[in-house]
Amino acid sequence: MNVVDTLLIALQAIGRNKLRSFLTALGIIIGVASVVAMVQLGQSATLAVTDQIASIGSNLLFVSPGTNRRGPGGVSTAAEPFEMDDVQAIREEIDGVRVAPAAIRSATAVYGNANQTVSVTGTTNEYFTVRNHDVVEGRRFEESELTSGAAVCIVGATLVDELYLGQDPLGTLLRVNRTACRVVGVLETKGSSMGQDPDKTLLMPIKAAQRRLVGSLDVHTIFISAIADGATERVKADVESLLRQRRHVAPDDEDDFNVFDTQDVVEALEQTTGTLTVFLGAIAAVSLLVGGIGIMNIMLVSVTERTREIGIRLAIGARMGDILRQFLVEAVVLSTIGGVIGLVLGTGGTWAATAQLDMPLVLSPGIMLLGFSFSVFIGIAFGLIPARKAAGLNPIDALRAE
Amino acid sequence: MPGATSSAPVALAAPQDPRDAPVVLQLRDVYKIYGSGSTEVRALDGVTLDITASEFVAVMGPSGSGKSTCMNILGCLDVPSAGTYRFRGIDVGKLDRDELALLRRHFMGFVFQSFNLLPRVDALRNVELPLVYQGVPRAERRDRALDALGAVGLSNRARATSGQLSGGQQQRVAIARALVTEPPLLLADEPTGNLDTTTSRDLMELFVSIRRERRLTIAMVTHEPDIAAYADRVLYFVDGRVVKDGPPQQVLA
Repeated sequence: MNVVDTLLIALQAIGRNKLRSFLTALGIIIGVASVVAMVQLGQSATLAVTDQIASIGSNLLFVSPGTNRRGPGGVSTAAEPFEMDDVQAIREEIDGVRVAPAAIRSATAVYGNANQTVSVTGTTNEYFTVRNHDVVEGRRFEESELTSGAAVCIVGATLVDELYLGQDPLGTLLRVNRTACRVVGVLETKGSSMGQDPDKTLLMPIKAAQRRLVGSLDVHTIFISAIADGATERVKADVESLLRQRRHVAPDDEDDFNVFDTQDVVEALEQTTGTLTVFLGAIAAVSLLVGGIGIMNIMLVSVTERTREIGIRLAIGARMGDILRQFLVEAVVLSTIGGVIGLVLGTGGTWAATAQLDMPLVLSPGIMLLGFSFSVFIGIAFGLIPARKAAGLNPIDALRAE
Repeated sequence: MPGATSSAPVALAAPQDPRDAPVVLQLRDVYKIYGSGSTEVRALDGVTLDITASEFVAVMGPSGSGKSTCMNILGCLDVPSAGTYRFRGIDVGKLDRDELALLRRHFMGFVFQSFNLLPRVDALRNVELPLVYQGVPRAERRDRALDALGAVGLSNRARATSGQLSGGQQQRVAIARALVTEPPLLLADEPTGNLDTTTSRDLMELFVSIRRERRLTIAMVTHEPDIAAYADRVLYFVDGRVVKDGPPQQVLA
């Protein structure tokens, strides 16, 4: 009996009872579809997040003040902000870095009848390189504006849309709280990331922001980028020790500032999504197992129902192996069909979900192959017991069965 | 598929034409015992008989007399508990399940009381089935199955499933299936048991003519004397033993 005949017999048996075959394969269909969809969605989500982080700038460190944990009650207080001297120290004492200070304050920007709450960042021209976010129209700040703290500003794309309704903002006067600022540039569009809209930013020379909006010489955040790839770790360590020294943190105390590395975020996210993927995959694998048990159950019923048929085949000259193969192939074909349907549904589901959530579509041939081979394996594993039962039947008893 | 070769065991292929062998079936002191101790049942209790080539033997007897057990052993569906059964010189008792299956595949055809066609499968496919196990290629299989259906007068019903055929037609399909491999031995277990008198008579005429054409050996269980009368020889079983053995007119008298 050749492979084609065995396959044809299996397909006939499956086609004879289509609804039952479909229901039997449903467990596998759902199992494979969920495995494939979960894993591919997990990968899509990871990619979406890493893409966003890359757009912020990958070799980037955010340094911000933390908390002091001192005193008997363990009361935490906000730590001191930084000063321009700290920025200067980092710039001079650490090799291979670009440093941009930021004095940040939210403010209301008004132009004509339109107003918007904006995040005003007072900074220097290094901001554009460090944050990988440059001017597309107009210009950067001029040196004189930076040293004098002139009331000039560079606006994000969203602000242009919402305040200027498409008009050219360059050269206009924009009122930011009580200060009238001359708009000298427009930032390139970045697209939203992690809940913040970088296109809603308004940049000013740091001295202007400190004097006119913040009312102090505080620096709230220091952006640092390592010039060389892969130097982030070293730079981070250097910045930490330098700041501990400058801020007089005792050797046993924790840092009273945070150095936040975008690479850390990427790693943390990848770890989280990785763990999630493993968990979801495990759940899906359990559903595959349940699907396999379903197949075994129906195949056992089928062997009982078809005892007479088995008897006829044995009388005609089928050997045990022929019967074993017939039922095994039937189980494998059933689970494989289920697997293929599951693959199609799972991938379709991934496509639909990523399209809906505006994520990149990641198709993983590895997980598809895994899902497919798993369904074949399930067919073999769970088809074996019914097939052995069928093959072990005594021809005389089988022929007598009703 | 490995191990599924259609070739017969070498020993079976020795005699060139099975019809040349004078004695096809040889039972020597055969016992078939079920259970043990007080529940022991001797379905066959020392049966010795020879059936020669192209003989048409009817096996009769009351129910429980051992005639079906005898048929199962002759058909290699079962093996004796004691004694020897030689099929064309081969000691069947020494064969394992798969070797018995190969004997059935290549040398025997079966016809049953309840027809035993595969349900929801058309006549042609049913008749092709033994050839599938023999590994005959598709096209040849089809031609031979159509020929076999022609030989039983059912060429025009090749695509009918068993539900669409009358009892007599189903039994003819079963005969076509039994004979499509051109076996030397046909075993029929009450082939007319589910058929009316006219159909039964037609079927027996078919047996007689096929046997004449093919010089086939037939062993047939029946409890109808009218049917047994078509055979050359009648074996009458009582309590697991052959108590009468001779031509129908003598045994049935």
